[in-house]
Amino acid sequence: MAYLELDRVAKQFGAQTVVDDFSLAVGKGEFVSFLGPSGCGKTTTLQMIAGFLDPSRGAIRLEGRDLTAVHPARRGLGIVFQSYALFPHMTAAENVAFGLEMRRVPRAERAERVRAALAMVGLAGYEERYPRRMSGGQQQRVALARALVIRPSVLLLDEPLSNLDAKLREGMQIELRQIQRTLGTTTILVTHDQNEAMSLSDRIVVMSQGRIEQIGTPQETYEQPASAFVSQFLGKTNDFAATIDRTNASARLVAGSWSAPAPAGFSGPVTISIRPERIGFGDAGLAAKIVTRIFQGNHWLFQCESECGPAIVIRQNDGQTQPAEGDAVRLAWRVDDMSLRAGGAA
Amino acid sequence: MSAAADTAAANAAATADAPTARAPWALAAPALMLFIGVLVIPLAMTVMLSFHDWGQYKGIEPVFILKNWHEIATDPYYAEMFWRTFRIAALTTLITAVLGAPEAYILNRMSGRWKSFFLLVILGPLLISVVARTLGWALLFGGNNGLVNKLLMSLGLIGSPLRFMFTETGMVVALAHVMMPFMVLSVWAALQRLDPQIENAALSLGASPPTIIRRIVMPQIMPGVLSGAIIVFSLSASAFATPAIIGGRRLKVAATLAYDEFLNTLNWPLGAAVATLLLVALVLIVVGSNALIERRYAEVFR
Repeated sequence: MAYLELDRVAKQFGAQTVVDDFSLAVGKGEFVSFLGPSGCGKTTTLQMIAGFLDPSRGAIRLEGRDLTAVHPARRGLGIVFQSYALFPHMTAAENVAFGLEMRRVPRAERAERVRAALAMVGLAGYEERYPRRMSGGQQQRVALARALVIRPSVLLLDEPLSNLDAKLREGMQIELRQIQRTLGTTTILVTHDQNEAMSLSDRIVVMSQGRIEQIGTPQETYEQPASAFVSQFLGKTNDFAATIDRTNASARLVAGSWSAPAPAGFSGPVTISIRPERIGFGDAGLAAKIVTRIFQGNHWLFQCESECGPAIVIRQNDGQTQPAEGDAVRLAWRVDDMSLRAGGAA
Repeated sequence: MSAAADTAAANAAATADAPTARAPWALAAPALMLFIGVLVIPLAMTVMLSFHDWGQYKGIEPVFILKNWHEIATDPYYAEMFWRTFRIAALTTLITAVLGAPEAYILNRMSGRWKSFFLLVILGPLLISVVARTLGWALLFGGNNGLVNKLLMSLGLIGSPLRFMFTETGMVVALAHVMMPFMVLSVWAALQRLDPQIENAALSLGASPPTIIRRIVMPQIMPGVLSGAIIVFSLSASAFATPAIIGGRRLKVAATLAYDEFLNTLNWPLGAAVATLLLVALVLIVVGSNALIERRYAEVFR
């Protein structure tokens, strides 16, 4: 049974529909990310779960109870905001204790839980610090401790790592995942960073223009994107216009000088979508010329001009000699690695 | 060898620095001259004037005596007048704080178009002369048949007409109106620094709206209220137009008294002493409370 359930939720501001027909079932202990570009409605959806906004249509249920009827202060959700929204006039310990105070937790237990929460996020000894005297990463941890100390039924994270620098962000991602695993708190993360969504989540909800594009595990959304939007938003991808050629006895899928037996169920113009790391240089295949070659340490990035338009290829730096800029090459890939969509290239 | 070269380089740098070190002074000089010319020198002259002698027939005598200061210190009239001045200023400050802080908070929560409209309504009075605004109050107060009295009586709040003209009540009401924009603006500035999500954060942790105001919003806008209070207090204590029109000759405050000594009695030294005392008292109060505020909120608002 679903723990947190969103049933055809929609939100309108005037004539503008910001979120439409959003249905999702989150299991207990699951880590789900809402991923999409800014303005796709992911934060609006989070705010509806939190209760800062009321849905225009649809229902939100927690363990079968209607959540929209519950006042935001009574929902018992833990929220970490993008700006952290710490109380600047309170110390770290007072910030964390605030939620417990509102719940009338006895003083002794409160002190113990605050201490444990700050220790869990690695801030033991910082109890008396004011937020202004802490670094961004430390403030982030206080915000996380403040949200977790109330033992929330669901933890909502609104772009919590976007204000940290790249290195710190990576460290926090790992830590966040460990804490979430240990506590088993059902968590929803809103992010526009596909790497963050992929490394943290059990499942990703890819959103665009207020609608769900795809719901799936990180691997599913990356390997089998349900739409052109998903394949472009999650990592780099190549789209090649192709046709199904039925002149011979066996129909063939043709893109420039590359061809393969046509899969069933397609006809006319189609689009081949293939990840850059799945393309190899071979003797036969799509004719292309390497425009630029960029060395990136563990891999090479090639930008090519092919018969079917620009293409990018990523090759592992495995010590082999790689083609140079200006070389004519043939691009080849396995049929299993590509995905096929009806219609012309986007 | 290399040490010698370093020293030479350091010397060269020092000589190059010398003109640069003078540059800030040169750049600040025009403003500094203006400051000294129109503020420091007249102030010093006023302080000196307060130690001069004055007589009905002999006029001002440039001698050094403590006669004026002695008169202010011993005559209870001056003590009463200064108490009245600061009592009115304190009451005005209290009223503007109690009304102005919620006003700024409500204003800040309004949506775009209404926000700018009401901000204009609040700031509008600053565009009108204080004299015109105060004369407006004088018309509203105007004796027993004034509009304010009629309104209060028809609402059943009072049985018989209140006296507003030439009373402290009237002065405080008019001053509070004149000073309100300063308080609202000051609190408004503090509210702008508030994290827009901070109330939602408190809400999600289970705080009720009154608790959010008391525990989260109030402590954060307190520095704004206090700096607004300092502005309103010092402006009210040294206000001239409003007390002159509402209080008239009957109910004097420090500023109107100094004016009368200068222009009616022509006892410039005594007027200078009153003005100097008002200035010193205000500076002490403002600097003192500022130091208190800074110490109280140092840790939070750095």
